[in-house]
Amino acid sequence: MSQIQATPTPIKASTGAGFREFWHYFAVNRGAVIGLVVFTLLVLIAIFAPLLAPHSPDQQYRDAILTPPIWDAMGDPRFLLGTDPVGRDMLSRLIHGARYSLFIGLFVVVGALFVGVILGVLAGYFGGWVDAMVMRVMDIILAFPSLLLALVLVAILGPGLFNAMVAIAIVLQPHFARLVRAAVMAEKNREYVMAAKLSGASHIRLMLVTILPNCLGPLIVQATLSFSNAILDAAALGFLGMGAQPPTPEWGTMLATAREFILRAPWVVTFPGLAILITVLAINLIGDGLRDALDPKLKRS
Amino acid sequence: MLNYILRRVALIVPTIIGISLCAFFFVRVLPGDPILAMAGQHGVTPERYEILREQFGYNLPIWQQYFNYLGSVLQGNFGISLATKRPVLTEFMTLFPATIELALVAMIFAVVVGIPAGIFAAVKRGSWFDQVTMGIALTGYSMPIFWWGLLLIIFFSGYLGWTPVSGRIALTFFLRPITGFMLIDTLLYGNWAAFVSALRHLILPAVVLGTIPLAVIARQTRSAMLEVLGEDYVRTARAKGLSPRRVVNVHALRNALIPVITTIGLQVGLLLGGAILTETIFSWPGIGKWMIDSISKRDYVVVQSGLLLIALIVMAVNLLVDVLYAVINPRIRVK
Amino acid sequence: MKLMKTLLLATAMVAVAAGAAQAKQLVYCSEASPAHFDPGPLTGGNDFDATSHTIYSRLVEFAPGGTEVTPALAESWEISEDGLEITFHLRPGTKFQTTDYFTPTRDLTAEDVVFSFERQWKEDNAWYAYLEGMTWDYFQGMDMPKYLKEIVAVDDLTVKFVLNEPNAPMLANLAMDFASIVSKEYADKLEAEGNMAAFSTQPVGNGPFQFVDYQLDTVIRYAAFPEYWGGKQPIDDLVFAITTDPSVRAQRLIAGECDIMPYPAPADIATLQADPNLTVMEQEGLNIGYMSYNVTEAPFDNVKVRKALTMAIDKAAIIEAVYQGAGQDAKNLIPPTMWSYDNETAADVYDPEGAKALLAEAGVTELTTDLWAMPVSRPYNPNAQRVAELIQADWAAVGVTANIVTYEWTEYRERGKQTDRKGPFQIGWTGDNGDPDNFFATLFSCAAIGVSNYSMWCNDEFEALIQEAKTTPDQAKRTELYTKAQEIFKAEEPAMTLAHSRVFMPMKKTITGYAMSPLGNHSFKGVDIAE
Repeated sequence: MSQIQATPTPIKASTGAGFREFWHYFAVNRGAVIGLVVFTLLVLIAIFAPLLAPHSPDQQYRDAILTPPIWDAMGDPRFLLGTDPVGRDMLSRLIHGARYSLFIGLFVVVGALFVGVILGVLAGYFGGWVDAMVMRVMDIILAFPSLLLALVLVAILGPGLFNAMVAIAIVLQPHFARLVRAAVMAEKNREYVMAAKLSGASHIRLMLVTILPNCLGPLIVQATLSFSNAILDAAALGFLGMGAQPPTPEWGTMLATAREFILRAPWVVTFPGLAILITVLAINLIGDGLRDALDPKLKRS
Repeated sequence: MLNYILRRVALIVPTIIGISLCAFFFVRVLPGDPILAMAGQHGVTPERYEILREQFGYNLPIWQQYFNYLGSVLQGNFGISLATKRPVLTEFMTLFPATIELALVAMIFAVVVGIPAGIFAAVKRGSWFDQVTMGIALTGYSMPIFWWGLLLIIFFSGYLGWTPVSGRIALTFFLRPITGFMLIDTLLYGNWAAFVSALRHLILPAVVLGTIPLAVIARQTRSAMLEVLGEDYVRTARAKGLSPRRVVNVHALRNALIPVITTIGLQVGLLLGGAILTETIFSWPGIGKWMIDSISKRDYVVVQSGLLLIALIVMAVNLLVDVLYAVINPRIRVK
Repeated sequence: MKLMKTLLLATAMVAVAAGAAQAKQLVYCSEASPAHFDPGPLTGGNDFDATSHTIYSRLVEFAPGGTEVTPALAESWEISEDGLEITFHLRPGTKFQTTDYFTPTRDLTAEDVVFSFERQWKEDNAWYAYLEGMTWDYFQGMDMPKYLKEIVAVDDLTVKFVLNEPNAPMLANLAMDFASIVSKEYADKLEAEGNMAAFSTQPVGNGPFQFVDYQLDTVIRYAAFPEYWGGKQPIDDLVFAITTDPSVRAQRLIAGECDIMPYPAPADIATLQADPNLTVMEQEGLNIGYMSYNVTEAPFDNVKVRKALTMAIDKAAIIEAVYQGAGQDAKNLIPPTMWSYDNETAADVYDPEGAKALLAEAGVTELTTDLWAMPVSRPYNPNAQRVAELIQADWAAVGVTANIVTYEWTEYRERGKQTDRKGPFQIGWTGDNGDPDNFFATLFSCAAIGVSNYSMWCNDEFEALIQEAKTTPDQAKRTELYTKAQEIFKAEEPAMTLAHSRVFMPMKKTITGYAMSPLGNHSFKGVDIAE
């Protein structure tokens, strides 16, 4: 939801040594390592969801509607974290939900990155009216509160997970465009670019092969931030009934459809929220680690 | 200086036109039919439908509709709500103070807690205080606030009964709005009990809305502070034997706060976005909830003009922040 | 200057409020903001609660807690032999409310009655379109222009309704909210001032409570109208605290922030019932939640398929999981509290094996269909999405694949009406006036295809029965006709009748005199708070 400004500083061409240096700085940050471990676990859970989940996420046990978690006296050993209002196993739904959340993050980041980088490079490299046009459009998108804009876009496209992802990608993409544009503008008059230009490199080659890798650091940090923002925004849209539609086991949607049970069956509301929090926290921890490792300014102290 | 401001304002004009285009065309492509949205469960007769279409100008070519809209907006007419038949601007002005009040209190909470926490964390870098504070800050920053709000309501209002569940003030107080800001109005009336009641109603929503800004400000303050503490002049001051407190207060703090102020300014748009969720959870009568309700009711006119008004406000605030920043930090002007 | 004035006025008001600290205040946590305060063009139950049941009165009104038509502004009435003329005698000396914006100079007359209807009816009436884009939804929807020939003010206290054809439900229609009587004197004053829009924001009527103040989306305040024709109300101040979320409403009630609330979430009912300070009143709702098959779409044109699909649905499980006990299995279209309900109808049985056999018999093997779910919670169906999820699972068990589809609410109904709609469509109805005609004809007459007959079902025999019942004045004869109609309905299964929901009204134990209306409105007439 927020922007932490990453300074556009190049990391030198990534070699084995570069990676070792990076890992050295990253590993210093204990939080980042924990985040990475949790995130890896989540990815594994998502990949192996059908094997790990004790039940199918859509299987309705009509005899066990709203069963509390196992540590409750009323719990049922079949359902570790209880069941939801139509008798589906919460744990299985949460496990499958990891797939959706991670996929949402990935889709949005890839989409926003792709569009944002193209627009940013074009604006930064060519300048002039191209730059003015692109940047005004970005200004317009940024003038709307992002959640509100995403809501309106989803209302236009129709509620649903895919449309929600598209809307979020559109809303997040200007941050990439701005970042890349600034980096490209800073880089394009440097000696190595000039040298490449003189040796007859084409525009595309200059932009993609020469300049872009040098603003990779801040882009990676921004991508991590967007990943967590995408998950939060998608959950918020789901919560407002505009995201994934039931019976999809997306965490925000699970929370929204079970909201009325907050007093009677707190587990159906607590666990999806906790799942979102843990995932986003893990990604943000990684983001912090990446920023520290990729930002030489902080390395100094 | 004036030159810089003028340039900044000139840049905004095409953006405003773009915003108005977006607001207008977004609403045009919303599925559904505004005329049918106005009618109830019995629908309208085809004849009446045509009359209404004409009355609202929906039969005109789209560009003409846009220019008509732009024209009336420039005259301060933002249209009439399809649902309530009241002018959209009147509704906006009635509800906006509630959002501003909530956002301001949330921001004050975030600043008052966030800046000192960030400073201490930076000064005591690596201490348990630093680690715990930053851990909490990152958790707050990762919080799905709609869920957080539900938990707080259940715990503080439901279980402990410390805070009211919903509303802006206890219903026993009947005060006609003067400014629309409940805290100010109750003071203007000299009604202390009402002021306390209004404040109690604000606590939970403000904490929920302030959670993310608080986390951002605390983190930003800490890193700005760390950066400044590492600068040569601070080291020099330290080397000169100045007391650490004096170094922090006089030398480091002032410079560290410049980026923090920008951060605060940038939070305004985010606060308006966050207000949508917070207001929905707490039934807070502000523009966030108004927009959500209007989108789901398909009150096309409200959605269109609401989007425009909100975007204009965000732009105005951003402009203000930029100008303030330029005043504090003259280097930016030449850039 | 303006600020000072407001300040003084408000200070005075606070002083008054403080002086009248003993005033009895009832706080109602209402579920939504009213669009405005003129009941004529309004459509929502929440709109009517805030207008017609507080500020306004009608010629005749439904008895508190019933659907029986009783005298109100009209003390008595006669219906002519041919059923074409209804003559009302108005209650003499009926006052309109005095507020800070209007002081009436005369009592209610026949002129007010004529105006109240002609403004909704005659396009040349200055008030026909006094708000931008307004429609008189109920006046049109109840087919009043078709039945009304003219309304004549015979003298100051006598008014005559002349009809084009006899119409049994007419009297009940006149007890409906849209038929609220407004003040012509007030309308004339606003028209002269060129301030007609104020008619919808500063209301004047002759109901039990008068309007004091409305803060947009927050709170509406009313005071008891001292000269109400039915006597001053026991409570002095009535406050509507607008709280849209049902769980938050329940929390507010438990916390004592309000005294009474409508529409608790089914999940909260047990908690509310367990609270020692609260009572939860309950009643059968005058409603039906159902799922319309499109009988013109293959294979739903085959009655066997329709029967089989209904048979495959575990209605009991839906009623437990979605209505959470607050619903009752619907075997007929009309609810059991309504006269002419056919108790002989056999309830649907859940029989997946039988359903499979029946589908095979109909030659349907692979069936994939859309299944429509409303995007909103309605009294007759608290969660159509969840219902759809359950039906989806049940149908999967008999080899039918259902894809759940939904749209924004107006869009949903619009698409549902299309005669070429694909797939069964969830919808429902809450009665307007307690007459069976309001269910049968509104929902399943041939004329309602493309309007509110979502099954596109036009059955000659059924149609003949309900049309005859409409023009028959004798209730026993009508009951007979409707019973036959219900038999045909069940045999043909144009829709799966799911449930009638029970309606709950939680309130503080100290509240007395509240009567739940089967029509789903909330009136605080006669309500008191025990010390």
